[in-house]
Amino acid sequence: MRIVIIDDSGLRATVLEEGLREAGYDDIHIVPPRGGFVARLERMAPDVVLMDLGSPSRDMLEEMLSVSRALARPIAMFVDQSDESMIGAAIDAGVSAYVVDGLRKERVKPVLELAVRRFNAFAKLQTELDEARTALSDRKIIDRAKSILMSQRGISEPDAYALLRSGAMNQGKKIVDVAQALITASDLLGGGL
Amino acid sequence: MTTSLRIAYLPLTDSAVLAVAREKGFAEEEGIALDLVRATSWATLRDRLVFGQVQAAHMLAPLAIAVTLGLSQQPAPLAAPYKLNVNGNMLVMAREFAQALDPDVVARLDDPLGTAHDFAAAIGLWKRKPVIGVVHRFSSHAVMLRYWLASAGVDPDRDVLLRVVPPSLTVEAMRAGEIDGFIAGEPWGSAAVDAGLAEAVAIGERIWRRGVEKVLAFRTPWLEENPQAVDALIRALVRSAAWCDDPANHEALAHLLSQPHLVDQPADVIGRALSGRITARADMPPVDMPDFLLFSLEATPFPWRSQALWLYSQLVRWKMVEHTAENAAKAGSVFRPDIFRRALADSNVPIPGASMKVEGAVASPLAVGSKRGELTLGPDRFFDGRVFDPERIEDFLASF
Repeated sequence: MRIVIIDDSGLRATVLEEGLREAGYDDIHIVPPRGGFVARLERMAPDVVLMDLGSPSRDMLEEMLSVSRALARPIAMFVDQSDESMIGAAIDAGVSAYVVDGLRKERVKPVLELAVRRFNAFAKLQTELDEARTALSDRKIIDRAKSILMSQRGISEPDAYALLRSGAMNQGKKIVDVAQALITASDLLGGGL
Repeated sequence: MTTSLRIAYLPLTDSAVLAVAREKGFAEEEGIALDLVRATSWATLRDRLVFGQVQAAHMLAPLAIAVTLGLSQQPAPLAAPYKLNVNGNMLVMAREFAQALDPDVVARLDDPLGTAHDFAAAIGLWKRKPVIGVVHRFSSHAVMLRYWLASAGVDPDRDVLLRVVPPSLTVEAMRAGEIDGFIAGEPWGSAAVDAGLAEAVAIGERIWRRGVEKVLAFRTPWLEENPQAVDALIRALVRSAAWCDDPANHEALAHLLSQPHLVDQPADVIGRALSGRITARADMPPVDMPDFLLFSLEATPFPWRSQALWLYSQLVRWKMVEHTAENAAKAGSVFRPDIFRRALADSNVPIPGASMKVEGAVASPLAVGSKRGELTLGPDRFFDGRVFDPERIEDFLASF
């Protein structure tokens, strides 16, 4: 079974490809949805095409599939109306699949289930990365506010932090918000670092 | 009691009525908590609706008909009791292609028939077929572009290459040279003009003075089972549409739509379609086109069955579906004037008494009978002067 993954994100495609290989599928190709990807895909004549539901290029792919002779009457995977939960899971995970008509449903189902699991795992990873990135930038903001306090009021770093912290507690705000307000005020007053 | 409704939309200027219904509280006043779900492709918007992930969608009118006829993946009967807008499209082409046309851009836009003939004559001179982007096979844009090209003897399936490009990727595709022009809903035509990549070649409103564009589509069974929610939503949208059409609100509306979670383009670019002041070429002063995009005027939201049938006639014409009495009945029944009337039965909104009319027959504003006082129909002519009698589809098809 030849599987093509159409994806902008190299990492997500790799996560999915790995999963499919572990499950014993070995004819897997990754195609980014750019330039002449449609013609490339046509030459590959895949049995299953997996794509991010959120990609705007999905309309281009579907148009190609509707006029192409390479893929005989491909159908969207969640046509299996009998399995509502699977449709929901696929849409929530952001996976769409096009399958050559005639390929037995039970052969394709594990591929789609795996794609849903891997897409979800990737989304979780992405969220964690975003959170880590936010945490990092939060720390930078707090560090900058601390150094403003240290230089303006001649206090130590722990004291500067304690001051921010008590300010946040008194106002019912997050430390990073108080720090940001301090930086903005300091910039406006021309007293920034 | 509050009803929660999820509605899928694409980030386009003509999603305005939905955005305003939520952000200005019109939905809330009708007891509806509106959750707008952004989609980036028509395929995904369609799947969300067909598989019940949302209750309604901001949908291309021909796509709603195509899904009902089983032409676009999973077949499902859809119902459109409300039109979200008429008009709002623009065909833009790269300068080297626009150069073959009347250099007076205003004259070019005023005379779509002459421009189509100029375009047809130039096709032989270009070294290759022009590649024109359309947002979807089953879009009003594609239907109008085909109608316009064919008026000058251009076969859209043979003489040009129509390539599907989702709206948000049109400008990028122009820049990369993948397409020579495109027809799309705003703000994308204006964005390409602003980027100096293209100039206006034709305006949707000049091709069909009142061209059907987006509809609010539901799954028919859901629509039938939830009359109260549907009616409340329609009432909210009617008030939202009136707000959107009011010139006093255009600036605020442009700013509202410019937000990242909505259209996410500069407010001044979005504002052009709303105010009908269109920049046709980057170095030109704006051209006045007051009917460029309409939400409310002249009972715009009323879903005339004859309009659904006109769109159907075009799908038949381009061999996307076979004409049978059954298919015509299915296509016509996608538009639901009966639901529109029911929802507004206790309001003072004037509603047409008929559900069908001859399309393309009104040359200047016409006062007609309505359930409540006077209603004015705007001009609805096609640029080639054809009229469409929905009772005589075969004759109309034979005329091409």
